[in-house]
Amino acid sequence: MTEMISPDLFASVPDPDGRFGPYGGKFVAETLMSALAELEVVYRGLSCDPDFQKEFDSDLAHYVGRPSPLYEASRMSDAIGGARIFLKREDLNHTGAHKVNNTIGQALLAKHMGKKRIIAETGAGQHGVASATVAARLGLECHVFMGAEDIKRQSLNVYRMKLLGAEVIPVTSGSKTLKDAMNEALRDWVTYVDNTFYIIGTVAGPHPYPMLVRDFQSVIGREARRQSLAMTGKLPDALVACVGGGSNAIGLFHPFLGDEKVAMYGVEAGGHGVETGQHAAPLSAGTPGVLHGNRTYLMQDQNGQIMETHSVSAGLDYPGVGPEHSWLKDIGRVNYVAANDDEALTAFHHWTRTEGIMPALETAHALAYAEKLAADMTPDQHIIVNLSGRGDKDILTVAAIEGIEV
Amino acid sequence: MSRLTPCFETLRDSGRKAVIPYIVAGDPTVASTVPMLHRLVAAGANVLELGVPFSDPMSEGPVIQRGHERALANHVSLTQVLDMVAEFRQGDQVTPIVIMGYANPVERMGYADFAAACAAAGVDGLITVDLPPEEVGPLNVELQKVAIDNIFLISPTTPAQRVGTITANASGFIYYVAVKGVTGAGHLDSSDVGMHLDVIRAETTLPICVGFGIKDAESATAVGAMADGVVVGSALIDTMTVAMESGDSLHDGIEKAVTLLGSIRTGIDNM
Ligand SMILES: Cc1ncc(COP(=O)(O)O)c(C=O)c1O
Repeated sequence: MTEMISPDLFASVPDPDGRFGPYGGKFVAETLMSALAELEVVYRGLSCDPDFQKEFDSDLAHYVGRPSPLYEASRMSDAIGGARIFLKREDLNHTGAHKVNNTIGQALLAKHMGKKRIIAETGAGQHGVASATVAARLGLECHVFMGAEDIKRQSLNVYRMKLLGAEVIPVTSGSKTLKDAMNEALRDWVTYVDNTFYIIGTVAGPHPYPMLVRDFQSVIGREARRQSLAMTGKLPDALVACVGGGSNAIGLFHPFLGDEKVAMYGVEAGGHGVETGQHAAPLSAGTPGVLHGNRTYLMQDQNGQIMETHSVSAGLDYPGVGPEHSWLKDIGRVNYVAANDDEALTAFHHWTRTEGIMPALETAHALAYAEKLAADMTPDQHIIVNLSGRGDKDILTVAAIEGIEV
Repeated sequence: MSRLTPCFETLRDSGRKAVIPYIVAGDPTVASTVPMLHRLVAAGANVLELGVPFSDPMSEGPVIQRGHERALANHVSLTQVLDMVAEFRQGDQVTPIVIMGYANPVERMGYADFAAACAAAGVDGLITVDLPPEEVGPLNVELQKVAIDNIFLISPTTPAQRVGTITANASGFIYYVAVKGVTGAGHLDSSDVGMHLDVIRAETTLPICVGFGIKDAESATAVGAMADGVVVGSALIDTMTVAMESGDSLHDGIEKAVTLLGSIRTGIDNM
């Protein structure tokens, strides 16, 4: 099926209405429509302004530490005995995850728009930390909305955000996780829309967010493409990334979408198992609907109520997914699969012990799948896995699961 | 034609304003909703707004959010909300009912099925908070087939040049959101409201009702003087829940909300 797709197709989305095929759009309350229109105008202007690009690239180089290395995980590859596995080391970015690529970009937009107050939603706390970090650097007021449940399981990141000067606002409505944090951030934005910039942490939300977050994160794939050619003389045979909202995945995938020989796998959170219903895998087991400003695959019941999700990793515990992924699923360009809690935890230990790299639990889902995938491939082939973040934030969670007191 | 246009014409002819209560269907109980709607009509409501509970009510403040949560705990679905409208219609064929909610339950039911079910139940209008004109085309086609009005929100942040785009898609009435923020929040500035209503009136002859931030007879009359109607939601739900939390029975809690609506009716009629 993918053979039929012209590479130009991928550059043509989203259309001017923010649609990726039937997905995306701007499903928000009227109060936010003019703010979104303003953001789009500013972004479209700045994204082709060489000075803005230079500013962004310079921040990525000197503040974030890009380019991030592409590292060949030889010991793991040998142990598996299939394809060579390379890791795109987003964990080595300042603040420890890919999230900062996007917050740097959006903070620059906020600066250009003269907004003095930024808000963000966060699940694992990585996006909250990355937002608090750029706010500290630019001297902006920062409020981070976080589900009360996530505040418990990501306490280290909560304290980090506070040290950075951000206010962390616990969200106690609904399931008390990422989706509810996003509801509350949207409510705040409606109220303080004049002076506030909302830094959305993933490729979800209303247009233009899925587009601009993708563009900021695509630096991952552009670098990986160059690095793959330099290190192996060819493009990778497959790409693997975990999918919460989908920002690290789209960041890696996007610059390769037109390369039809590069297979792609987005790994969702299978939780206790997709068949149990207790998971966070809308692309694997959901249906299209409208949430948080866009049409996309969702976990919902037969009445259109959004269902509670479950994942061991807070950053994947979200019932929706970026609209571009919904489209890429439907056209068959990307394969979406799931890894369960247990598989992710096993991978977390396996990679930590084999490569000396402790991945975030989100990332561990991608690694779990990559192990299986590599085993079915040959040593002349290679895979790039997006190592989206480091696992320090998850140490207490892992210890608690294993009944260890730290 | 739905019941809305004749309703507003009658009001206009007699120099009266519409008083529009909002409650969440199934809050606090499934059985209380239809009787409460009848009581609100008896207290002077001209149009009824019935909230469709949703798991993620992004534009609601805490008071109405809790209402949605209580209704969902009672397992109230969109189908059941429409059943309530049908039940209400058995005792009242006159008072227009507008259902207000979020896009996803409607998406899930499917636009054509939804429009047909609304018509069968006796719904007159629809407000979908997260379906701006840009996204409403396919739904509007279905609603127009069954003559159900689609009511749009216009807010203080709506640029003047956008008002025409909204009114072009709207029928029934225009809902002006008086404050930037969620339901039940904020402080209403009536001079600012007046200015915006002038901008809207330059684009449409549809009646304009104002909501968000109306709490009592005083705020209702301040706005009622300029608009064709007022919407009161959070204040009613808050009155009811506060009463019940401090020991009132369900019946007494509802009656306190009904009394508040009555005082708003009296205030507006005597302004
Ligand atoms: C390290 C890491 N990877 C992945 C994710 C999931 O987000 P996304 O799917 O947008 O990359 C998160 C979210 O918190 C994260 O912290």
